[in-house]
Amino acid sequence: MTDGGDDGSADGGESQSADGGSDSEVDRLVGGVLDGEHRALARTITNIENRAPGYRDLVARLHPHTGSADVVGITGSPGAGKSTLVDKLARTYRDRGLTVGVIAIDPASPFTGGAVLGDRIRMASNVGDMDVFFRSMSARGTLGGLSTATTDAVTALDAFGKDEIIVETVGAGQNEIDIVRTADTVAVLVPPGSGDDVQMLKAGILEIADLFVVNKADLEGADRTVQELTEMLRMGDGSPTAGHHGPDATAGRGGGNDSADGRSDNDTGGDEGDSGGVSDGHEWEPRIVETVANTGEGIDEFVAALEDHREYLVATGERERQARQRYAAEVRTLLREDVHQLLAEEIETRGGIEAAVDRILARETDPYSVADEVIAPVAERVRERRDEE
Amino acid sequence: MSTEQTGGREGRQIRCLVAKVGLDGHDRGAHVIARAFRDAGFEVIYSGLHRSPDEVVQAAVQEDVDVLGISILSGAHNTLVPKIMDGLREYSAFEDTLVLVGGIIPDDDKATLEEEGVAEIFGPGASMSEMIEYVRESAPERR
Repeated sequence: MTDGGDDGSADGGESQSADGGSDSEVDRLVGGVLDGEHRALARTITNIENRAPGYRDLVARLHPHTGSADVVGITGSPGAGKSTLVDKLARTYRDRGLTVGVIAIDPASPFTGGAVLGDRIRMASNVGDMDVFFRSMSARGTLGGLSTATTDAVTALDAFGKDEIIVETVGAGQNEIDIVRTADTVAVLVPPGSGDDVQMLKAGILEIADLFVVNKADLEGADRTVQELTEMLRMGDGSPTAGHHGPDATAGRGGGNDSADGRSDNDTGGDEGDSGGVSDGHEWEPRIVETVANTGEGIDEFVAALEDHREYLVATGERERQARQRYAAEVRTLLREDVHQLLAEEIETRGGIEAAVDRILARETDPYSVADEVIAPVAERVRERRDEE
Repeated sequence: MSTEQTGGREGRQIRCLVAKVGLDGHDRGAHVIARAFRDAGFEVIYSGLHRSPDEVVQAAVQEDVDVLGISILSGAHNTLVPKIMDGLREYSAFEDTLVLVGGIIPDDDKATLEEEGVAEIFGPGASMSEMIEYVRESAPERR
């Protein structure tokens, strides 16, 4: 619970940073982030991305100051309108006096590592507003690194004091799904009229969506996309009660049926009402919202749906359960990476992986034996220590 | 994955903001440079057209870029560039941002811009590979 002092004199126990970063730099950044300095926040996220020396210490010291932000994940295929929607969402939050942090993740070239991060262009409604902190990140090819880096960047924004944090990413694969899982609420954008997106939904995104946003709802085919989604949600949920609890449960929740439907003149509105809201206060059924992010149409309904989901999370204790799950996953990821690194060092001191492969090719040994040779002494030491304690 | 800039556990990647500032709708050059930087392995944030100095500063500060490349073809560089420099100073981002200007800058103005803190000016016909090499060599010094 250090309180962001810029005094540069860390107390004795902490003065040696585990990963070799300079303590004064960590002190300065922690102090700066807690004091609301934009530059310190920006540099903190850079260090997180680069895994610069001292970044672990930095994140560790920011952690006690987190837990108050709401995190929304937004994903969807390229061109679905994510950035534009994020822009309008951020504007809406700002109009309500809330501060906003945005992390926008774009793909990087697997060959050069280079990337063009273009989401910032769409942030037209928030330019010049420093209380919207927008940060572009590239999906660099580090092992398991992106979801860790995203989680840590969210920690930094949370500690900085942002009320609302939006994580935006192209929903293409497992990596992206892992990223949006850092969010309390996940919205999946579906542009109208393309079978491809239905394909995308099959690939596991259906399960992670708390909300579906049919963006560009003014385009032809939007109604059909809403219908297809509704169908899919009903089929996807094997329980016999699927899709039938909406009306009861949403009664008295203000914003139930109406907010599920972005456009009141829509003839599928009645159907969608069923798919929204809380059923028996236990299970959240993904809701479908229609928006035209360009013009801002449906944004209020979208925000209302996000709020409903948040209320649901808090009321059912789901928010805490999610947080527990998330931290457990984070610890596991860190352990995996750290052990991986440790073993990489170990194999290097034993002549390197290439030498081992040579022996395997020559049929002198086999992959299992090599793995055993590397891990055995480590395991032995660990068990010895455990017995000593 | 061929260079030390990618994939390493503690690898630092060069981040650039390519910014179009003011009333200047010519962004072909900025696009070409953004692509070349990307292919050189940099992370490039493109600002889009018609940005005000404040917006450029906001982006440079929040994105914590190593390099800010300002593309300017309108002739308003003597007004706009100093505003950006002041903004960077305000958020104490001036010291560790390498500021480059690309565009048509008369010789007389070059000295003025350099006094303002612009590290290098690239005019028409500047070689892309020289520019990339310059960024590679100069960017890390600033940190």
